[in-house]
Amino acid sequence: MDAVSRGFAGLSLDVFTKSMSSTGTGGGLANAIVGSLIQVGIGSMIGAPLGMMVGVYLSEVGKTSRFASIVRFVNDILLSAPSVLIGLFVYQIAVAPFKGFSGIAGAIALALLAMPVVARTTEDILRLVPQAYRDGAIALGSRENEVVRKVVLPAAFGGILTGILLAVARIAGETAPLIFTSLGNSNWSTDLTKPMASLPIAIYRYAGSPSADLIQLAWTGALLITVGVLLLNVISRISLAAVKRGQS
Amino acid sequence: MSEPAPQSDRIPSIALRAPAPANAAAPLSPTRIDVRNVNAFYGAKQALFDVNLHIPDNAVTAFIGASGCGKSTLLRCLNRMNDTIPGARVDGQILMDGVDINSADIDAVSVRTRIGMVFQKPSPFPMSIYDNIAYGPRTHKLTSSKAELDELVERSLRRAALWEEAKDRLDKSGLGLSGGQQQRLCIARALAVSPAVILMDEPCSALDPVATAHIEQLIEDIRKHTCIVIVTHSMAQAARISQITAFFNMGQLIESAPTADLFTAPKLEQTQDYITGRFG
Repeated sequence: MDAVSRGFAGLSLDVFTKSMSSTGTGGGLANAIVGSLIQVGIGSMIGAPLGMMVGVYLSEVGKTSRFASIVRFVNDILLSAPSVLIGLFVYQIAVAPFKGFSGIAGAIALALLAMPVVARTTEDILRLVPQAYRDGAIALGSRENEVVRKVVLPAAFGGILTGILLAVARIAGETAPLIFTSLGNSNWSTDLTKPMASLPIAIYRYAGSPSADLIQLAWTGALLITVGVLLLNVISRISLAAVKRGQS
Repeated sequence: MSEPAPQSDRIPSIALRAPAPANAAAPLSPTRIDVRNVNAFYGAKQALFDVNLHIPDNAVTAFIGASGCGKSTLLRCLNRMNDTIPGARVDGQILMDGVDINSADIDAVSVRTRIGMVFQKPSPFPMSIYDNIAYGPRTHKLTSSKAELDELVERSLRRAALWEEAKDRLDKSGLGLSGGQQQRLCIARALAVSPAVILMDEPCSALDPVATAHIEQLIEDIRKHTCIVIVTHSMAQAARISQITAFFNMGQLIESAPTADLFTAPKLEQTQDYITGRFG
């Protein structure tokens, strides 16, 4: 509730047009907003398809095989791993070797967080698709990949989309994996190879600052994340309803 | 009175269990599927024991028998649906038009394209009526233009006696149809790829009597051009719609004969007991 009331109080054009101030007062969140959009966007675009592939493999191909059990186990570990560890891992592979924090490293960390969520929900949803659809498609002479592409995935589309949005919502609010990867940046930057600002890190920095201005901006940032995730959900529900109407 | 009764022309006679007696009448309708010494296993459990059966073209062959007798297993062997079940194994030969469908150089997908299947529970895909019918033709690229596909969809729906009910809602979901309509949609879907054989696994068991009558009429129409094999629990249904009936028990084919003969004068006591309801 505080995020809404206090966040609204600080909303102004400056928030969206000005970058974060390095002097301690004033400024906006424009660079953090864009940085978050870029990193969450790239993270989702990498993590969601990978997760879907893993989910499809587990449900339709591997099933109860030994390798599938191992993949499922590893995925579950990844699912419950603290996000700070994911951040450290990506630091090892994508920051340290290149001697620099970067937006792309942040996106990779977010992708690693999104992937297991999408994989798990995809597998669960695909298992709910009636076997009769698969049998029907096989009996019509479909190959395995056609059964999955043309019948099973479309039937599970709504559920998979929900899973992806859950994952996006989760990574949009992640702070810890970004601290060691994209670091944060007070200045405007869309260069993926340089440190990049993001809303969660801006909130994290500003919330602990002594300046009332900056604390206000932290509240506003929190509101923006909340509203963004909410909007994403609403849009997906509307588009899902439109898809369903098209089917019935 | 040496002339045969007129109706016996309509009912093809068929070779019985192998080894067939030397004087067995030759089938009038050519054999479409020839089942030879087929054994089927699910893991260590044997589900079919040395089944031999000729399934004639342009006729309805009904498989009857108690649950678990192997009739559905044999049906699923005929289009290699058992391949999809882990641990399932079939030996012996199933010849379709003289070619063994289980031989190594035959692709299961091509077998299933020529042998359609309708399941017990009506199960249209969760897509429009049009897309349900168009699924097979699109998968196998049977048509080259939208107009051609439109025509094939209409023809298939007409053959399944669903066109009048569905023509104004082709873009609506197939799941919005009634159970009987859904089953006819599934039959239309199978017909759209012009299979030589259609297998039906208790297609009416989930339907009311009116819908069942519709489907039975439909089967009677289709069988003029197609070989149909139907598994049914209703002996009345087998008697109504089939020309050949095969009775299974405990994984063995007990007796197969022209339907009229099997129901009026079964050769074996076991068959007699089953069709008169005195079965275990």
